[in-house]
Amino acid sequence: MVNNQSNGNGGQAPRSLTINNLVKEYVSGKPVLKGISFEVTGRTTVGIIGPSGTGKSTLLRCINRLIEPSSGSIVVSGQEITSLSGRDLRLARHFIGMVFQEFNLVERLSVIENVLCGRLGFTPVWRAWLRKYPQQDIDQAFELIRKVGLEDFATVRADELSGGQRQRVGIARAVMQNPHIIMADEPTSSLDPKTSVEIMELLNDFSRDQNIPVLINIHDVDLAKRFTDRIIGMSDGRIIFDGPPDGLTDEHMKQIYGGEGWLT
Amino acid sequence: MNAPSQTLRKPFKANWLARLGWVGLAVYTLYALSALDITWTRFLTGLDNGAQFLDEMIPPSFMRWKLLLANLLETVEIAVISSAFGIALSLPIGLMSARNLMPAWATWPARALICVCRSFHPVIFAILFVKAVGFGPMAGILTLVFASIGFIGKLFAEAIEEISLKPVEACKAAGAPFMSVLIYAVLPQVLNRFIGFATYQFDANMRNSTMVGIVGAGGIGGTLFAAFQRFDYDFLCTILLSIIALIMISEYLAVRIKVVFND
Repeated sequence: MVNNQSNGNGGQAPRSLTINNLVKEYVSGKPVLKGISFEVTGRTTVGIIGPSGTGKSTLLRCINRLIEPSSGSIVVSGQEITSLSGRDLRLARHFIGMVFQEFNLVERLSVIENVLCGRLGFTPVWRAWLRKYPQQDIDQAFELIRKVGLEDFATVRADELSGGQRQRVGIARAVMQNPHIIMADEPTSSLDPKTSVEIMELLNDFSRDQNIPVLINIHDVDLAKRFTDRIIGMSDGRIIFDGPPDGLTDEHMKQIYGGEGWLT
Repeated sequence: MNAPSQTLRKPFKANWLARLGWVGLAVYTLYALSALDITWTRFLTGLDNGAQFLDEMIPPSFMRWKLLLANLLETVEIAVISSAFGIALSLPIGLMSARNLMPAWATWPARALICVCRSFHPVIFAILFVKAVGFGPMAGILTLVFASIGFIGKLFAEAIEEISLKPVEACKAAGAPFMSVLIYAVLPQVLNRFIGFATYQFDANMRNSTMVGIVGAGGIGGTLFAAFQRFDYDFLCTILLSIIALIMISEYLAVRIKVVFND
């Protein structure tokens, strides 16, 4: 499987994610995800909100099978993910970019090496080891580093960056995969409010540029409403709300988070 | 103020078991001294003997410097070869025994191998290999290769078990093959420590390669032992001095190597 187009989808079928009746139980009989179903197609940002421990992170990690789902179906751009294994699973993961709460960069490698990590799935091991990436990949990496505003930091080691800068590298790494979808797990939780807004804008930009769905787990409901096209509200392993941010009412918020004393 | 209850509360509890242990240790040490008949007079006669021995050692004799040089070179060769093979072999073995990356079916055999390598002192290995492959440097090299695997294999495995798994998760999520995950997410985190272990082991191999000759496994140890047996104390002194010089040089080299890789 080769994916050469670096920008957009060039008139192909839109990038999509379809999840049907997804169940995950760590302990049998006590499901964390109790039948999740939704579909996202093309240029959309989806904010997934819900209380801690409700399975938002588990949901994202089931989609790229970092966590094994118990049952249900996950289809990314027409390919069923749940039945894959070994090499096929690796190849499928190429097309699912992931951004992490704590950035998950390799601290001791440079920014550009971290961004090129997004290419590891496409790159033979010996090339990766000797850093003999195709020129096309290197050009794309530099271009992405420029887009996320770190052009002066390309060869700086990741441990010298601030939190916001690190998350920009994390996003560039995910986009470097030329993914069909991007998932971000609490991408702003470790960042200050201003930086959080910048990171959300960046994720929005890439959703638009690449014409792909971006799923964002997020605690900050206001930020979610401001920067996403669609909100999915989860509680106790189920989807309680799924719709445009305008449709999210206080009544929904009570259902999702429980109680009402905290609502102002 | 509530004085009476204050006096009743003791912030630090006495550990009678520990105190009993200390007393027991002291008593046993005194008993052992008397059991082995180690007395002050015995120590003084020993000192006498030592002074005479020192007297015969000085001045050191450089008459047989050619033999000495050849032996030193062989010692260095044993140390370098065994370090190269030992370190190269302990990389994969250490990796195999890291329980955070490898399944149990891989870690158990690797851990067992490391355990066997660690259970024997180099002298015992040297005796075994002299019996197995005959006298000479080959036995010394095999000895030190095994000693190296036991030492750095274990430390390397522990270093890998302490890494952050976050970059590993990120590389896996990008669909990286296992080897690429190792090269990008694991190796950068442990390289520094691995260089440290490797240079330390090189240093230790240099030291031990001066010893394996005593049981016939090549290097300067054989000549050292022969000089002892023939009461060639002035030549013995030269050998000891040259070993000190050799170890100092290798320690200096180890420090320099670490400086190059540390950042």
